[in-house]
Parts: sequence; structure tokens; C-alpha cells
Amino acid sequence: MKRVLLYFSIGILFGIIMIKSEAASWFRIYEMFQFKSFHMYGIIGAAVALGLVVTQAIKRFKLRSFFGEEIQIPSKAKLVKAPLFGGIIFGLGWALTGACPGPIYVLIGAGYFPVLIVLASAILGTYCYGVLKPRLPH
Amino acid sequence: MNLITEPWPWYIGGPAIAVVLFLLLFSEKQFGMSSNLRTLCAMAGAGKKTTFFNFDWRQYRWNLVVALGAAAGGLLANNYMTDGTVGAIHQDVVLQLNSLGVEGAGKDYMPEAFFCTDAFSNPKTLVLLALGGFLVGFGTRYAGGCTSGHAISGLSNLQLPSLIAVIGFFIGGLLMNHFLLPCLL
Repeated sequence: MKRVLLYFSIGILFGIIMIKSEAASWFRIYEMFQFKSFHMYGIIGAAVALGLVVTQAIKRFKLRSFFGEEIQIPSKAKLVKAPLFGGIIFGLGWALTGACPGPIYVLIGAGYFPVLIVLASAILGTYCYGVLKPRLPH
Repeated sequence: MNLITEPWPWYIGGPAIAVVLFLLLFSEKQFGMSSNLRTLCAMAGAGKKTTFFNFDWRQYRWNLVVALGAAAGGLLANNYMTDGTVGAIHQDVVLQLNSLGVEGAGKDYMPEAFFCTDAFSNPKTLVLLALGGFLVGFGTRYAGGCTSGHAISGLSNLQLPSLIAVIGFFIGGLLMNHFLLPCLL
């Protein structure tokens, strides 16, 4: 139960950050792909720069979690075609709806209810990928 | 600057996202939001026919709790932590969007025509939202992650596939933004 509250709180923090930083804003995503503002690049760049410090510190110093276990960070599957083709497909959808999977939940909570359609079709898209996976190049 | 009511600059928002990554890693979890979509498919019973969804989704319930929290955070921030202003959008972008028939840049958080309740009565908007969502769901799972899983977590962990994925995000995003959106809107 304690852990559920922890995850829920982390989610709340994430939701607030997405709205307040405007990373969930369709206009901001549009502006980013037009290269007319540093805002989104600054957000992603700063998050990665600090994330790099956190992640590398965990690995180098074998840091322990809040619960006392050594933190494991899984590697991504060493593929080229899947992240490239999948990435392009996601990019098309991201620039169209302005919504990454995280902001989808945030925007629904914020009251932008048409995003429910984005969520439903994203679930369908994931399902179709699962069905087609054996036939796709990875 | 009032951090409760005013929009945040990038140098607050970016580090704050790194804090979320830190909290999840130290909770023995990963920062990756698109896995939720797979968990939802598995919950709905897709594992009976498709091996990709044949796993114990109960192990991933934490991820759905994070998503519920994210929705609650969105509700809080959008209703109680705003003075109604949004960050300035570049004037060229405002004019360009106006010429495409999209209003509200720099005034509203989202284009109302697409994301407010009126959108439900516009078939074209519904088709575009559904198409975009499908591409997001299909593409993130094919790529093995989205902006959080690849761009933030993966790049922080120096993963080459994540760099390839982020390059893909921008190829697709630029294609849509510069060539397809002007025809679709």
C-alpha cells in the first residue's frame, strides 16, 4: 500500500511537471518541430544531462534503492531497424496529436477529453503491433 | 516568478523530469510511459491469442498507478495551479498556424478546435486524433519506448538503440510537421 502511494505520488508530480513545463502542449510540440523555440530542446536536454549523472552514478557506485536493494537498470535490446522504423511511426503520431504516451494521461486528467480517442487508438495501435510483430523487420 | 501559477521555463521543467527519473529508479522501477499501453492490452486478455501480450500484467500494475497519478496531476495543475497564461509561442509559428486555420497559439494551452468537447462533433478531427493515437501506440511499441523510455531513460543510460529511436522520432515528427500537417489540417 505504501508503494502504491509512492507510485501515485510520482505520477502526480509527473503530471504537474508535464502541464507546468508545457511539454504536453500541442503548440509547444509544433513549435519544436519548426525549430522556432529552444523551450522543448532545453527541457529534454536538461532532463537527459541530469538523468545521465543520476544513471551513471547509480551504475558506477552500485547505489541502493529506497528499499535497500541494488538498483538494476535494464539495457535496451540492441536493435537498429525496430527503433528506427518504430521511432519514425511514433514521430508522425507525436507531431500530429502533440501527445506522447505520458501526456496522454495528463491531458485526459486536465480535462481535454478528446484525448480519450487518442488513448483508445494508441491501445489499438499497440495491439496491432503485438499481432504483427513476428512479420515486421526488427 | 510564481512557480505555482505561472508556466515553467525549460530550466525548471527539464531538471524536474530528471527528478521523476531519479524517484522511479530509486523505487526499483523504470521511467517509460508507453509500456502502459501493452499492460492495458494484456489486462484486456490479448495474451490469450498473441504471445507479445502473454505475460503477468499484475507485475506492471505500478505503471498504471503512475499513469493514474499523472492524470490526477494534470487535473490539479490545469485547474488549481494556473493563472490562465501560457508561455509565448514564436510569432512566426502563431501566424503560420493561423494561416492553417489553427487558433489560440500563445493564448490557450491547447488548440481548442481539436482538444475541447466540440471536437467530438467534428468527424475530421476525430479521424486525425484516432490516426495520431494509432501511430503513437504502434510506433512506441515497435521502437521499444517513447520520449520517456528512449529519449530520457535510454539516452541517460547511453543506449545506442535509444539514440536511433530519437533520430526516428525527429524524422517522423519533421515529416508530419512540415509536409503532412499542412495537407491534413
